[in-house]
Amino acid sequence: MKIIAVCGMGIGTSVLLKMNAEKVLSQLGIDATVEATDMKTARESRDAQVILTTPDLAQLLTGLPSEVITIEHFFDLEELTKKLSASLL
Amino acid sequence: MAFTKLAEAFGEDAIRVLAVALDREHAVALSGDLLVASGRVTPEYVDQMVEVLDTHGPYFVISPGIALAHAKPSETVISTGLSLVTLAEPVVFGNAANDPVRLVIGFCAVDHDSHIELLAELSNLLSDVQTVNSLLNAVDTEHIRELF
Repeated sequence: MKIIAVCGMGIGTSVLLKMNAEKVLSQLGIDATVEATDMKTARESRDAQVILTTPDLAQLLTGLPSEVITIEHFFDLEELTKKLSASLL
Repeated sequence: MAFTKLAEAFGEDAIRVLAVALDREHAVALSGDLLVASGRVTPEYVDQMVEVLDTHGPYFVISPGIALAHAKPSETVISTGLSLVTLAEPVVFGNAANDPVRLVIGFCAVDHDSHIELLAELSNLLSDVQTVNSLLNAVDTEHIRELF
């Protein structure tokens, strides 16, 4: 499964999101690759099952085939665990 | 000194405590000015950081009270680095989940992937509630450097 973590430029916020998502996915035993990417690449992406991003950016990522999961607190692994397991398990 | 990459990433003049920011653009610019002062970016990079806020909104307020301000790798970046500014008065960025902001981390990278370990250390630092409280309540820059 492919997951993309999306932020404005794909080098800061999304990298932090990717790292914590990978921790949680491994704890949940879900086999997935997570790529950090920018908004432009995300809008052109068609092969990601899930897009992980912030509530602000999610509003700009509508109309894509991927499920969009929004994360508010990046360092709160409980929020990530809850939302990823609700969607993927 | 558990965070060796973080310690290197903050240049000599990259940390400021209890700064006064008039609004969110000013808060972002303060963190950018510290990257300029520590020789990591040119002044144009600071304008680009503020443009990111104008273009994409305050999505980079990633945790309660904490913003990670940056622009993209370009010729305005001299070397990868971080800056940190704590705000004397919290500033509203417009991020419903995490407002108001009390701590702005400035970040610049020379490319898309050579800073992953650095951000992993930053993530570990900011995941610790006690450390974040120490950052927010620091009264001088030495108190902050002691946390790396």
